[in-house]
Amino acid sequence: MQERIKIEMADLLLSYIALAMILFSIGFLGIISRKNIFIVYMSIELMLNAVNLIFVALGRYNESMEPQVMAMIIIAIAAAEAAVFLSLIVVLYRNKKSLNSDIFNVLKQKDTANG
Amino acid sequence: MDNFLLAWIVLVPLLSSLILGTMYLYSIKVTKIPNIVFSMFALTAPFISFVLGVSFFFRLLENSDVIIYRAYKWLSVDGYDIDMGFMADQLSIFMVLFITFVGGLIHIYASGYMKDDDGYGKFFFYFNLFLASMLLLVLANSPIIMFIGWEGVGVCSYLLISYYYQDSENVKAGNKAFIANRVGDLGFIIAMITMFYYAGSNGFDYINLELGMANVPVEVLSFIGLALLIGAIGKSAQIPLFVWLPDAMAGPTPVSALIHAATMVTAGVYMVARFHFLYDMIPNVGLFIAYIGAFSALFAAIIATKQTDIKKILAYSTMSQLGYMFIAVGLGGYSAGIFHVFTHAFFKALLFMGAGAVIVALHHEQNIFKMGGMRRKTPLVYFTMLIATLAIAGIPPFAGFFSKDEILLTAFGSGEYFIWIIGVITAVLTAYYMFRLLFVVFHGSNYKENRELHSLSKNMTMPLVILAIGSILAGFIGVPLLLGGQNYIGIWLEILNSKALHVEHSIELYLMGLNILAAVIGLLIAYKKFFNYDMSKVPEYTGLIWNKFYIDEIYDRIFVDKLKKLSIFISYKLDINFIDKIVMGISNGFIRSGNVVARLQSANTRMYAFSMLMGISVISTYLIIVMR
Repeated sequence: MQERIKIEMADLLLSYIALAMILFSIGFLGIISRKNIFIVYMSIELMLNAVNLIFVALGRYNESMEPQVMAMIIIAIAAAEAAVFLSLIVVLYRNKKSLNSDIFNVLKQKDTANG
Repeated sequence: MDNFLLAWIVLVPLLSSLILGTMYLYSIKVTKIPNIVFSMFALTAPFISFVLGVSFFFRLLENSDVIIYRAYKWLSVDGYDIDMGFMADQLSIFMVLFITFVGGLIHIYASGYMKDDDGYGKFFFYFNLFLASMLLLVLANSPIIMFIGWEGVGVCSYLLISYYYQDSENVKAGNKAFIANRVGDLGFIIAMITMFYYAGSNGFDYINLELGMANVPVEVLSFIGLALLIGAIGKSAQIPLFVWLPDAMAGPTPVSALIHAATMVTAGVYMVARFHFLYDMIPNVGLFIAYIGAFSALFAAIIATKQTDIKKILAYSTMSQLGYMFIAVGLGGYSAGIFHVFTHAFFKALLFMGAGAVIVALHHEQNIFKMGGMRRKTPLVYFTMLIATLAIAGIPPFAGFFSKDEILLTAFGSGEYFIWIIGVITAVLTAYYMFRLLFVVFHGSNYKENRELHSLSKNMTMPLVILAIGSILAGFIGVPLLLGGQNYIGIWLEILNSKALHVEHSIELYLMGLNILAAVIGLLIAYKKFFNYDMSKVPEYTGLIWNKFYIDEIYDRIFVDKLKKLSIFISYKLDINFIDKIVMGISNGFIRSGNVVARLQSANTRMYAFSMLMGISVISTYLIIVMR
């Protein structure tokens, strides 16, 4: 009986993890393929939440509350981070009147004379 | 009990010099400090050292045991300790007494001589440091501590000789002194290493070395003795390392007085006397020292007869007198040598100070043939210089007579007649060139009469008088028994003298008469040629002697030019074609590879994120598959 429940739980866990992986990949692709900083930001949040999902799912599987607490903390931090990130985007926009991430290349290595 | 005061003999001038240096920096950076403040520190230091020296002198009078004070452990290598130790025995305390006394007088004189100089504080900073180094050299209880003082003296002489650094010639003279001394130092270092290797197993102070040397083979001892001798030659300006001494005249006159009278050049003589236990065992090397001394004495005296620069004449006379001292210490007459060091300190300091006074009075004129008739202008300087000249020429009862007589007696008594003859000839020459100087500077006629003389301050004339008294009296501590006196210095330094001389009294008397005769002959020749010398024309000298036997040129040809060529080869060929290639190649390689790597910094954020995540996934995959 106990065994059976465990196996069912494992199947369930796998599907959660698969979902998290899909979310993560979407986020990843979003980061590397899109230029709009807002989209990039949303993709980052997506990846963050994919990881969070794994946390929660594994917590349920192991019948432990600690990962849930961790997930809560991550969500709280993500909220704070969002505030910072959005204000940064506003500042960046004010500087260049654009949200194209490729425009911000001040730190790029310029070609040097003897290079 | 009060042994720690021994260290303070050295520490007082050292601290004073540090204070002076700090004050001088403050004075040039913030606000000007009046000269009187500098003088206060500078002039008290030698005085305190002198008083401390006297206290130890009296202690040694009561109890002749060696006083040793170990301040702290200076080096400790694998259980082998070298202490920062000070030792006072008869020899070192005797040296301390006249170094601080004559040095103190030179300090007072310098405070008058340098009073208009901007670097007054700096000058006394060097001066006190010089004195401290010399005292450390004398009071050290081991060769290594002595070497610290030895090097300190070298550095200070360099700083002081090139004191007027605005003129590049003076800087060159300072460099020359320093480099010639370094050659000697090399000998000292080699001697120390050999001594340490063969005789240093129980400890590296003089007492243990003396014990340790008993079992060392004679060949090794001779090697040590010769290596030490090279050091002594370098410091005491003997053939062949004397070239720096005449050039050392580039410094201010008090510096010349300090270097030539009380400190520095006597270090070599002191060292030979200090290592008397070594030289007693190798009389052949001692004889070699005596010959070097004899030839240096004669050589310098010959050159001095043709010089026209008042300070150069005195410089060569110093070298000549040092030759006498080397004759004495080389033949085992340590007390005679140190006695001459002592009397020489008085009259040579006096001569330099008198010369300095004349030079200042005539607005820095150094050619004796442009002086003349100074007898009426500066009578005090004339009388003191006269006393000093009589003393150095060896006319009784002035100081130089007794010490020179004792040295020549040592040479004669040891059976080294050749050295003795050279000594007597040198005595004639000494009297000749010194009286030539005196007559030309003070008696000569037809000089330009209407000259404004620079006034001489009390600070400059007072030490002259004291030293003149000293030059008269200094000889009386060593009056030979023959004349009904008591040779106090011989008794005081008895521990040094290993062998007694046996010369019959009648012969001794003849020798004495001969010495006086030699001096008088020199005097008379000088009188005939230069008394009432016509000063209207300045004689032009040429020839071998005037050009100092071309020694400088020969050295240039043999050593300096070769070294220069080697340096040019290294700097223009080896350096550019070989070393630069390697060094620049390495740095260029880094720059190129840096440029390649820097291209990765493309400011493409998405690329960064991609590579980062790819990296993370590669590492995670590795961890999962391999590390599992």
